Amino acid sequence: MNIHAVRAIYKFEMARTWRTVMQSIISPVISTSLYFVVFGAAIGSRIPEVGGVSYGTFIVPGLVMLSLLTQSISNASFGIYFPKFTGTIYELLSAPVSYVEIVLAYVGAAATKSIVLGLIILATAALFVPLRIDHPLWMILFLLLTAVTFSLIGFIIGIWADGFEKLQAVPLLIITPLTFLGGSFYSIDMLPPLWQTVALFNPVVYLISGFRWSFYGLSDVSVALSLTMTAFFLLVALAIVAWIFKTGYRLKI
Amino acid sequence: MQDILVVADLSKTYATGFSALKNIHLAIRKGEIFALLGPNGAGKTTLISIICGIVNPSAGTVRVDGHDIIRDYRAARSLIGLVPQELTTDAFETVWGTVSFSRGLFGRAPNPGHLERVLKALSLWDKKDNKIITLSGGMKRRLMIAKALSHEPQILFLDEPTAGVDVVLRHDMWELVRSLRDTGVTIILTTHYIDEAEEMADRIGVIHKGEIILVDEKSELMRKLGRKQLVLQLQQPLRQLPAALSAYALELSANGCELTYTYDTQSERIGITALLDDLGDTGILFKDLHTTESSLEDIFVSLVRDDR
Repeated sequence: MNIHAVRAIYKFEMARTWRTVMQSIISPVISTSLYFVVFGAAIGSRIPEVGGVSYGTFIVPGLVMLSLLTQSISNASFGIYFPKFTGTIYELLSAPVSYVEIVLAYVGAAATKSIVLGLIILATAALFVPLRIDHPLWMILFLLLTAVTFSLIGFIIGIWADGFEKLQAVPLLIITPLTFLGGSFYSIDMLPPLWQTVALFNPVVYLISGFRWSFYGLSDVSVALSLTMTAFFLLVALAIVAWIFKTGYRLKI
Repeated sequence: MQDILVVADLSKTYATGFSALKNIHLAIRKGEIFALLGPNGAGKTTLISIICGIVNPSAGTVRVDGHDIIRDYRAARSLIGLVPQELTTDAFETVWGTVSFSRGLFGRAPNPGHLERVLKALSLWDKKDNKIITLSGGMKRRLMIAKALSHEPQILFLDEPTAGVDVVLRHDMWELVRSLRDTGVTIILTTHYIDEAEEMADRIGVIHKGEIILVDEKSELMRKLGRKQLVLQLQQPLRQLPAALSAYALELSANGCELTYTYDTQSERIGITALLDDLGDTGILFKDLHTTESSLEDIFVSLVRDDR
């Protein structure tokens, strides 16, 4: 393995985060804090407890997941799209580096950033609401799997996109609505029966449900199903990335 | 001399059906400076891009120091440094950061001493902490070379290295390329500036419409394809050439004041002495004379034009 190359790309990507700390870290923390203030403190105080936890506490895993999904996609898609946009991708394509190493470095950096951000948001949440984590190892596992899976999806979007509009389109038009409708702010038990069935077709439901279970032992679907679905999304994303590199799709002509 | 790069039967047809390269055969010798000349769209950049792994070939093979560029891409690519035509850099990265990144990307352990030597050789050492966005065009061009040299390649591709570069910097670049060759690096450059190839190259290849139409030693090429002319300024204008001089390939200028004699440099007898004797015999006197030699540019233009 070309470990020097993996390290070089990883370091480069992490350095970009610190160059853009306002956009990468501070901005998502502020917007999530606003969610806590509005939904947790202001509106949440008028909403009854959900499954024995206050509403403000209940939404914490969903909000962490919302940031994790959007930031994983944003970090990874931008990381690979930017060299394509500036033309510096020539260096990556001409380097003695395998596709696995490229993915490991870019996705690893994107996942690291979003996990760090998720943990910062969690710490921020603890300032606003009482927080408990019943299953910390499972919480870490869900955090890790989700960050890697959505960083892979972001990587795919970054390769597919041929303009900044496309780069933004999938996160804004698909991922964010799915996250909002995936139980970030509510349990799907609160929905009418028909919409509960529809919600089960939303993949994000499984991610949020599993993650919330690791905090409070509350889940919309079984933990095993959440884990299976998360692993399934990971495999699908890996398969697409493997196909991209095998064919050179949007990378080589 | 041993071949370090061997291209065999290489073709590239794009999805649009455009055939950019057609059965290219080319061998580059270790330690030489090879200039690849060709008009716009001839296939120069496509050929380099395939060798470097940026474009997929449609057919054929490329071996770099014996390593196949597809099956043994790691070994092949680690021997190559590429300076692309476009100044493509990450504007917000520092000079030191970007050369360190390039070295790591090509699988080499950090070596600050080597990077320092490269940056000093390219007069970029005092800019090492500057962001790339603050560099001038010439500095960025040198930085591209520094990035390509960061992993100590054995073959350096320079795609139009002095495009848009001022005269002084061009000469500095030429010096740099020569010094690199002296360290054993094989240089392959594409250029639009024929004088650049004439100045630097050991051998020259001409690519046209996706085909290599000629590869030869520069000196041999100029000897074989070059022409020489003797131009005589006459004391008195001539109306027409005397019959006694009809054996010579002479051209009389429109005003009758200049005679031009074109001769083959490879001939055993080029005929200048006999011509001058015969001119004297026919009473034609001249006040001045000079010779001209065709440049590589003339040769290149005639090759490409002949092929049209």
